[in-house]
Amino acid sequence: MINLLLFPILIPLLFAAILLFFPKNISLQRIIAAAAAVATLISVLFLLFKVKADGVQAVTLGSWDAPFGITMVSDLLSVLLVLSATVITLFVIFYSMPTIGIEREKSFYYPAVLFLLVGVNGAFTTGDIFNLFVFFEVLLMASYMLIVHGGEKPQLRESIKYLLVNIISSALFVAGVAYLYSVTGTLNMADLAAKIPQIEATGILTVIAVMFLVVFGFKAAIFPLYFWLPGAYHAPPIPVLALFGALLTKVGVYAIIRTYTLFFTMNIAFTHELLGIIAILTILAGCVGALAYFDVKKIIIYNIIIAVGVILFGVAQMNEAGIEGSIFYLIHDMLIKAALFFLIGIVAVLFGTSNLREMGGLMKTYPVLGWVYLIAAFGLAGIPPLSGFPGKLLIVQGGFEGPQFWGSIVVLATSLLVLLSVIRIFIYAFWGEPVQTVPLKKRSYYQMFIPAVILVGLTVILGVGAEMFMPLIKGAGEVLLNPSIYIDAVLKE
Amino acid sequence: MEIIMSFVIGFLFMAAVYLMLSKSLIRIIIGTGLLSHGAHLLILTMGGLGGTAPPVVADGVSVSDYVDPLPQALILTAIVISFAVTSFFLVLAYRAYQELGTDNMNLMRGTEDND
Repeated sequence: MINLLLFPILIPLLFAAILLFFPKNISLQRIIAAAAAVATLISVLFLLFKVKADGVQAVTLGSWDAPFGITMVSDLLSVLLVLSATVITLFVIFYSMPTIGIEREKSFYYPAVLFLLVGVNGAFTTGDIFNLFVFFEVLLMASYMLIVHGGEKPQLRESIKYLLVNIISSALFVAGVAYLYSVTGTLNMADLAAKIPQIEATGILTVIAVMFLVVFGFKAAIFPLYFWLPGAYHAPPIPVLALFGALLTKVGVYAIIRTYTLFFTMNIAFTHELLGIIAILTILAGCVGALAYFDVKKIIIYNIIIAVGVILFGVAQMNEAGIEGSIFYLIHDMLIKAALFFLIGIVAVLFGTSNLREMGGLMKTYPVLGWVYLIAAFGLAGIPPLSGFPGKLLIVQGGFEGPQFWGSIVVLATSLLVLLSVIRIFIYAFWGEPVQTVPLKKRSYYQMFIPAVILVGLTVILGVGAEMFMPLIKGAGEVLLNPSIYIDAVLKE
Repeated sequence: MEIIMSFVIGFLFMAAVYLMLSKSLIRIIIGTGLLSHGAHLLILTMGGLGGTAPPVVADGVSVSDYVDPLPQALILTAIVISFAVTSFFLVLAYRAYQELGTDNMNLMRGTEDND
């Protein structure tokens, strides 16, 4: 089964194509979409065991020799991210059934979700820089459709801005690939990693590295380039928002991690210090937004920006603790953001608004929801037994070992602000005087609540069983710190 | 030749940035079109403008005479992608004009109570 690493891309692609044939048959759409996500999940689990047992897997499509064909590479980092993305998509499909509405389900909602998964899994698995661009476009096209799907006025208004920003960043990506090709003469990532250290003109390579930081920074919402995210993510309905918040920015973060550990390592003193400073500014900008708003969606949206900053700060340190912490925090953050969006989605449905000032007293009528939300909030802030803690601990340790110890202090201090921002939702929505809630059928409440609870449960397992997952994280970090493992796996054949 | 192409591409980028900073949505879309033209020409130029024969295998042409085929394949891919995105953007602009009744970006601001 040498093609095993292509299955997480091909299975959703095939099922999405099948789903296009009968848009009006909702029950069949639901069953096949869920089956597609389950089948993808099974293939990813097989792939995980394969990569764990045999090391980095590489397939060059069409049996051309490595630098000449398109290579797909699956190391532990990418397989872990593909696994998280697939799990989240599965739960988003379940959560969509009661919430997204029949009109949307009838007009190609599930195929778009699966095409988004195709793009995300492909971007995580590819080993070719131009192929990465193509998979970015696949996931962006699906996200354009999902963000405007339904055609409400705020959606139309915000999707224009989202499209424009992504068109500009895609054009810059093409220009960056053009410059990189003219300097190195290759597009294969492993070949780039082998060629770049031999090139003496580090000045031009540093410029290209910063250009790629701008390109991926647009997708990942880093400090000066995050302006589009709060408005754009506020527009679509909650399941789409959970999918975007958990997956889209993380693809940009992954691309920065991959390029900045694999081949842009010729001038670390400049590029990685720049990355570290930008990461800290991203955290601060996100904190300002998370504390400023009285809107549950906006608060969690700004927490996405904070998490992007924390992960990139760990990467910028380029030492073992920092990188491993970033990988752990990346996986934790994908799961916890999806869980939090699910929970506040239920809260927003119960009150019929997302404004915190019009909420109160949910603890008396929905106590379980309240406690689950509290666990998720503590997990986000990094309270010790929960999943945010091990990653942030390693990132802070990496910062203290590296040159930017002041950054670690900022990361620690802002954890308090993160906690404050999510606890504010708890205080306003769950404590205080009870407010009239919208009546909700028991059945649809449980249909929304159960995926959220399972996701929160997964993050608790990830936190409590951190020892169990550390070998995987260490293996992923090892490949990032020693690019020679990656290069040998791709170019040996 | 590369120098001239670089100036032309720089001019295209300049015009694209100018158009994308304007108020009218249709001018912004024209700007994105110019931006992708600039990016595509940039790939062609950065691949090197040497070579005399088109990249089709033919008798009597030595290997060094062919144009680099890789940038052309990249451009072809990038062109169809930007076609798709532009057509989606144009339909979105048309729909937004129907629903929102304006093509002025200044009037498309979203505020807390103006949703």
